Amino acid sequence: MSIQEIIIRTLVVLIAAPILGCFMAGVDRKISAHLQSRVGPPILQPWYDFRKLMCKEDIVVNKFQNVYIVFYLTFILLSLFMLIFEMDLLMIIFVYTIANVALILAAMSTGSPYSRIGASREIVAMLAYEPVLVFFVIGMYMLTGSFTISSLNNASGPLLTKLPLIFLAMLFIMIIKFKKSPFDLSASHHAHQELIKGMFTDFSGPSMAIIEFSHWYEYVFLTGLMFLFWKENIIIGTLLSLFTFFFVIAIDNISARLSWNWLIKFTWTVVIGLSVINILFVYFYNLKLL
Amino acid sequence: MSSIMSRSPWLVHVNANSCNGCDIELLACLTPIYDAERLGVLNIGTPKQADIMLVTGSINYKNMDVVLNIYNQIPNPKVVVAVGACACSGGIFHNCYNVIGGADKIVPVDVFVPGCCPKPETIIEGIAKGAAVLDKKRLEMKQKGIKEVSK
Repeated sequence: MSIQEIIIRTLVVLIAAPILGCFMAGVDRKISAHLQSRVGPPILQPWYDFRKLMCKEDIVVNKFQNVYIVFYLTFILLSLFMLIFEMDLLMIIFVYTIANVALILAAMSTGSPYSRIGASREIVAMLAYEPVLVFFVIGMYMLTGSFTISSLNNASGPLLTKLPLIFLAMLFIMIIKFKKSPFDLSASHHAHQELIKGMFTDFSGPSMAIIEFSHWYEYVFLTGLMFLFWKENIIIGTLLSLFTFFFVIAIDNISARLSWNWLIKFTWTVVIGLSVINILFVYFYNLKLL
Repeated sequence: MSSIMSRSPWLVHVNANSCNGCDIELLACLTPIYDAERLGVLNIGTPKQADIMLVTGSINYKNMDVVLNIYNQIPNPKVVVAVGACACSGGIFHNCYNVIGGADKIVPVDVFVPGCCPKPETIIEGIAKGAAVLDKKRLEMKQKGIKEVSK
């Protein structure tokens, strides 16, 4: 990788990614509003919210709670860096997991029963989605013989043709990761009576702004993972990312929130089943993308 | 840059022994017909992320501590909007033995929205007025420093 390319990719992560993420969050709210026949907030509303939260007073319950939030931002940023620089996908998944663990620790440290409920539900959600992310990495390894994303550049075809069922499984995982209905059980802002704001109940002002900011990065990172399914062609890859994003919004608006035991039952049978079938298929037919 | 706060006022709604009339009108503001979200208004559940506290009801001795507690949990700058006749002055309950009568006896109220019950349009106007007060309070906070305002 030349120095020029390194600079461009760094700029993409540091500048383009949050702008894109903010825009995606705004489009999400606008589309949801239109689907509910409302006018909805302006597209830049997430930016207005961020700006406002930065000006508010920061009330902390536990002096460590904001440290964990900074960890969350750092590791999300790091995982996006590694994704853009085409590093080891297995390592990216691990770094990304640490980011979520930091968020769970932050919620647990505040001690409010609502953030505790949210945090425990997020642990259950991790139990549900983590295996599928690993199956995705395994599938890529079996096809290309390498964990690094740059090996996809030399592959003879896109991952989607050999891993269609894992793509389907990842679509469901994205609903959990975007924290949308029917799996928004850990931090829904529609569940006032049940969990107020779940994991984020006790964060105020600038720390909440950092959480929102990390969410923008997370949006870009997650759609970036879906981009890998057709990395050969930038246009088709982007279309896959966009499809994922709009699929998640559509499902969010047509479904109600489900309980955590439904989440576990669904992922550990249907979603993981789909991934295992795909892996077995690749294994027995000895498929390769070299 | 003067509209930093008023572009996204987040609400926390406190029902202090209201008859539910104002509460229903308040929640009607968020429905597709009135859609307060087009002004950036979100009904956020937690006081720690709220900017505007909407109080309905005449407040009695049982829930005055709750109202004060929620008010104290809102980070500065913050605004209180009293919605309905009861929250403004006690309304028809103003001289009842168990009623304190008016949110302004417990917390500093910035905007009064009269009516029994007020129309959703009036409530949205009250929220917009409250959002303008938020901007003023932020400037004040910047000049005096956050500690002074908290006192």
